[in-house]
Parts: sequence; structure tokens; C-alpha cells
Amino acid sequence: MSKRIGMEVSIAVAEAVKLANADVIAAYPITPQTHIVEHLSELVADGDLDAEYVCVESEHSAMSAVVGASAAGARSYTATASQGLALMHEILFIASSMRLPIVMTVANRALSGPLSIWNDHSDVMASRDCGWIQYFVENGQEAFDHTLIAFRVAEDPEVSLPVIVNLDGFILSHMIEPHVLLDDEEVARYIPPFRPVNRLDPDNPVTMGDFAMPEFYTEVKKSQEMALRNSRATIDKGWQEFAELTGRKYQAVETYKTEGAEILMLSMGALGETASVAVDRMRDQGLPVGLVKLRLWRPFPSDDLLKALGGAKKIVVMDRAISFGAAANPVAAEVTSLLYDTEPRPCIFNSVVGLGGRDVRVEDFEAIVKKAMQGHSYPGPVGDYDLIGVRE
Amino acid sequence: MIETRFHGRGGQGAVTSAELLALAAIQEGKFAQAFPSFGPERRGAPVLAFSRVAEEQIRLRSQIYDPDVVLVLDSSLLEIMDVTEGLKAGGTLVVNSKQPVKELASRFHFEGSLWAVDATHIARELLGRPITNTTMLGALLRATGIVDIDSVSEPLRHRFGLIAAKNEKALREAYDKVEKEEIKP
Repeated sequence: MSKRIGMEVSIAVAEAVKLANADVIAAYPITPQTHIVEHLSELVADGDLDAEYVCVESEHSAMSAVVGASAAGARSYTATASQGLALMHEILFIASSMRLPIVMTVANRALSGPLSIWNDHSDVMASRDCGWIQYFVENGQEAFDHTLIAFRVAEDPEVSLPVIVNLDGFILSHMIEPHVLLDDEEVARYIPPFRPVNRLDPDNPVTMGDFAMPEFYTEVKKSQEMALRNSRATIDKGWQEFAELTGRKYQAVETYKTEGAEILMLSMGALGETASVAVDRMRDQGLPVGLVKLRLWRPFPSDDLLKALGGAKKIVVMDRAISFGAAANPVAAEVTSLLYDTEPRPCIFNSVVGLGGRDVRVEDFEAIVKKAMQGHSYPGPVGDYDLIGVRE
Repeated sequence: MIETRFHGRGGQGAVTSAELLALAAIQEGKFAQAFPSFGPERRGAPVLAFSRVAEEQIRLRSQIYDPDVVLVLDSSLLEIMDVTEGLKAGGTLVVNSKQPVKELASRFHFEGSLWAVDATHIARELLGRPITNTTMLGALLRATGIVDIDSVSEPLRHRFGLIAAKNEKALREAYDKVEKEEIKP
């Protein structure tokens, strides 16, 4: 199937979950994730997807239900956003430490307060260290594709970890755009049947998610950390097999017109598409600007990023969340720490954009880059960043 | 790339108009986006929807500020806002209005073309209710040719099922009846 079909990105994501033949879906509706789970509940109710759809009373229960389902050996899916992800928070850590390959879509939305239903990345950044593999996608096709890729990677016995696919709320979730879908046979070839490493089985009883004395906790954490770091090989394999199946190639770090660039922008999610248009415009003006896009957020692709950023004199890191009171905002902190040992060390600028649904335009990226071209402030004062478009 | 802004009131189907246009364009093999002005939905309140249609992949993810085309589903909106805000020079404004286009033209000062049709009348007659989203889409297609009118049939069938036929009839009626007037600043 190579014909482009117009549909809302949320519907495409739900169709991917159907193609992946999920066994258990437990979700609580929250804007802007609602259309995904609404469509899934319809598919189950109409008999188009043979799955158990659990209508839970909260996101804490949604995550708890998929933890139980996954532990029992069911292919399990949920989706949420914002306060919903915050309410799941404590169970996120249990899912990853129990090595349960749950797949979750987060339609990224700002955290309250003030209450905002609109997009930013504050929800997932508050759960940054939950131990899940985390992708960021930048358009509907990537959202559809990565929903499938997530199941392939999560359930691989070499990985056995939960995966979050982050897609920007409204900006992607509510967008009607073209998608190339796959058929059942293609997906069946790509995602093998789920064969859990361990599962709850009355005939072969095991204990999962147990209590650990100080004698064991550190070792368990080390093994969990190694599992997440080592998942990278399978993540790459997941992309490679997907490219063989569809011709669509993905990498942990994507570059756009970085050759000969002296200044690089770095973005995650849907910002990257608009930023690439800004790069085209600035290149036409003769400015040596390029763009680096981070598709994989956890495990952090340090080597790929070092390679992509190498040679740039200035780097502008876009964050779509504030880390209140921190030395730097989430993405900038990571990148700054990564580049500390590079020689010569580039100047790093940090711009916080698009909070709570504030629109980010091509002109904003141009202004950000042009300001950075004139600035030489590294290392600047701690917490020095531009909050783009703020009225003071 | 053609960018269109749709003005309506909550419940009139402005978002559906934008969606049908994008779906028809994608069906033609073009690239397209359709999206609402993201916010709380309230029946009767002014709402916006947007679409982009292009021959190549669309990478813009920002909202639309300088549309090529503006479509107005409800003429009462003309009294409370400037629907031509940001409209590009040489742009197209398509309005649902009882007033003849020549009369309506006197209130506008943009440079471009104005198209008008009494879509509420058509919708009442053919659909039995004053929901003008599909009717006005017909006027939009005549005014702009963004997609071929026949490309809308399939998205209409998919969206409206049993009532697709009468929606298509209303759409074609507005396509035939919409009238044009050039506007000079």
C-alpha cells in the first residue's frame, strides 16, 4: 500500500494500534489524546479489533491495568496527555522496572496551572526519568510508523521495556493530513507475536515487581539502566527493518542542511518541520544555518548527536518546557552536558518556545538564529535563556 | 501552496469544510492539511478552521496568518470582525450572504475578488436546515479551483453516508450560483 490517505493523525495512530493487533487497551480520555482512544473503543465495539478495551476511572488505573495485562502476557496499549500522564507518574516507574513492553502515545500538552489544553512538552519532561524508551515524532506519518515501531522494539526479548511515542497535541493529534498505511500482512511480518520473557502464569508462578532490600535495589537499578542503554541496538534494528518493509528511513538524530553550517538549531517534535522551512529561507539569504532533529529522547543518542553537532560554532537548543529553577532547560541541559568535553566547545544558546500552545512561526526561528549569530555570551549566567515571544 | 481560513460559528461545520477540502486534495494526490483553531468548542461562538493545499509535502506547522482565501459561512460575522485580516493582495473572499455580490462589495476594501452566494437559502431548501458547510464548499471550489468538484464526492460519502447525496446537490448548486465581483482598495 503506497497510496496516501487523508485522515486525522489521531485516527492513523489508532489504526496502527489495530494493525499491531493489541490485546488490551486501557485508557481514560483526555484532550488532546481523546480521538485516539475514542477510535480504538469504536474499533473494539464494532468487532474490527479483537481486544479488551478497559474503560478505567483514571489514568492511574489505566497504567495499572496495562501493567497487569502486560505482565500476564497481553500486548498492551494506552494513551494520555498532560495531567493524565502526571496521574500515571508513579506507575510509569513500575512498568519500566518490571520490564513490561507497554506502548503509550502521549499527545503532549501543557501541565496545569493555569489550565491549558494546548501543546508543550512539560508533561513528558516531568516524567523524563521514568525509564521508558521515548520517541518524538514530527508529522502524522512518523506518528503512525512509530506506533508500529514501538511495539516491535518494546517486545523484543533483548529490550522488554515500555515505550512512549510523543506527538505534539493538537499540532499533530488534530491535524488532517496524508498518511501511507500498511496492511495486516505487512505488519504481521514486521511485528512478531508477543512472547514475554516472564509472565504471570498460574501454572508456572513467578513474582514480579517485588520488594527489594538495600542489598538488592542498586543491582536491580543497574540492570534496568543497562537494559535501557542496551536497547539502542534494537531501536536501530527496528528502524532498519521498517525501512526494508516500507522504504521510510528513520534515525535517532536527523540532520537538515547541516553541511557547512556554522550555526545549528536543535529541535524535537513537530517544531522541526517549521524550523526546516526557516532553514531554507535563511540559506537563501546566504546564512550558514542548519537543523538537527532529535527523534530519540531516551536512551539519549549521545554519539549520534555529537557527530551531528560536530563542527558547529553555535548551537541553539529549542526547549518546549521550562525546568523551573534549573541550570538549563531539559533538552539544553542534556546537550550542554554532552558537549562539555568537546574541543573547541561551541556556544550554546537556549530558547524556550511554544509553551501552552503559543504558536511558533518561521519568523520566530529566523529571529532566534539571527540573535544567536550576534551573541558570544557562552558560558552565560546560569539559567540564561530566551523565552520567545513573552510579553513583559 | 494555497492557504485558506474558514470563518463560521460553532455548530455550522467550518471544521468539516476545511477537512473535506483537505481530504479531496489528498485524494487527488496533492498534499494537504486541515486543522481547527484549537480551543474550547462552543455552539454559536465564532470559530476558525484552516487548510493548506500544495503539490509538495507541507512542512509548516504554524497557524495561518496571511491566507490566500477566506471563506465565511455566516454573514453575521462580518459585523463583528474583519474577515479579510491578513488576506493576501489578489486574494479571494467567499461569503455566504443574502445580499447580491455587487451590493456586498461596497463594504470591502481589500484587493482581490469577492464571491457571494445565499448558501443559507440553498441549505434550507435542499438539506432542510441552515448548515452551510458543504454548500459553501461548492462556492469555494468554483471561486478557487483548489480541487476538482468531483474529488469531493468520495470524502462526502465517507463523512455523510446516507445524506451525502443531498449535501453534494447543495454543494453543486452553490458552485453554479456563486457570483463574483472584483474589489479594488
